[in-house]
Amino acid sequence: MKKYKISTTISYPVKGAMGRTGNWRVFKPILDKEKCVKCLRCWIYCPEATIIRNNDDTVDIDFEYCKGCGICANVCKVKAIIMEREGKKK
Amino acid sequence: MAIKDLPREECYIPGSAACPGCPATMAMRTVFKAIGKNMVMIVPACCTAVIESLHPNTSFDIPTMNIAFEAAAAGASGVEAGLRKQGKTDTTVVAWAGDGGTYDIGIQALSGALERQTNFIYICYNNEIYSNTGIQRSGATPYAAWTTTTVGGKTEFRKEMGEIIMSHHIPYAAQTCVSYPEDLYNKVKKAKSIKGSKYIEIMAPCPPGWRFGMERTVEMGTMAVETGAWALYEYENEVVTFNGKSKLILEGKIKRKPIEDWIKYQGRFRHLFIPKKDVEKIKAIENHIDQKWERYRKCYL
Repeated sequence: MKKYKISTTISYPVKGAMGRTGNWRVFKPILDKEKCVKCLRCWIYCPEATIIRNNDDTVDIDFEYCKGCGICANVCKVKAIIMEREGKKK
Repeated sequence: MAIKDLPREECYIPGSAACPGCPATMAMRTVFKAIGKNMVMIVPACCTAVIESLHPNTSFDIPTMNIAFEAAAAGASGVEAGLRKQGKTDTTVVAWAGDGGTYDIGIQALSGALERQTNFIYICYNNEIYSNTGIQRSGATPYAAWTTTTVGGKTEFRKEMGEIIMSHHIPYAAQTCVSYPEDLYNKVKKAKSIKGSKYIEIMAPCPPGWRFGMERTVEMGTMAVETGAWALYEYENEVVTFNGKSKLILEGKIKRKPIEDWIKYQGRFRHLFIPKKDVEKIKAIENHIDQKWERYRKCYL
């Protein structure tokens, strides 16, 4: 078969293609690991894939890219995730 | 199938240009999990073309081809033919288009590809508007919904794409919703195992387009199914089977919720409640949904 030279623009997969999208966040999800029942609803529903599923099915949040939509807090049945305003003084 | 059993593999990379709370990326993650890395995706002009992000970077870890608005299915046919010629028959070809590119602009290419029995999966994520270009009316926009081109609310009812697809008598077609990832996963997995043209439509509630809070995407999808505005079903070998809540509604085991429960949270229906409740229009929506379910019962029960 004849080989053709690629003469079109090609993009390559990179983490954070639009920069650190965590900067978009207004509300920040706070995870309470004590309350978590490992149902993984937050993991499957996260639109940004920033909920990291660990080997033992516990979860962590990647704050570098989390856009702070609050879906994880909304789908959590046991209220283990709450949304808090970014930069709030403790 | 529980959420725990879904594969860990991730082909969507964080840091894309999607809005917070985007249903398209939510659905895409599950679709990628179901199909795996051995796929080629064809994307026409739609939100996903933007979500991919700017050259020279992309957020999708799979081969993706961008093509003109009307040509998603035609492009997929070409890619499928090319792969077949190279002997790569195990690669799944997926056309991923929005509702504008399916209901209105892409329908003739789609109809042609289905008629040719091209071996591919056509996935339409239906957010009922042209959200990429700024919330214009599409063939999927429901009656009375506000868009930037139907300021006083749309005056026509939406068309039933599922039934148009069914009349092509393809091996597999399905309707599903982002709020039910297991259902979505199973349907895509099943479509992957069948040879021939497959069509899957995903209900995708769009926070900026529908004017609701970005944390409510999943809730809105669930309510769309529970109020009967959207039905979950599969069409396989000329037989239609309803799934989940839609099955219970069809068999009359549960009553569907009033449509008001769903539309009162959406800013696009705000003119039906403020300043005065427009009972007539809400009744018209109710009647339309009742008629639809009556037809479903007559045809598919």
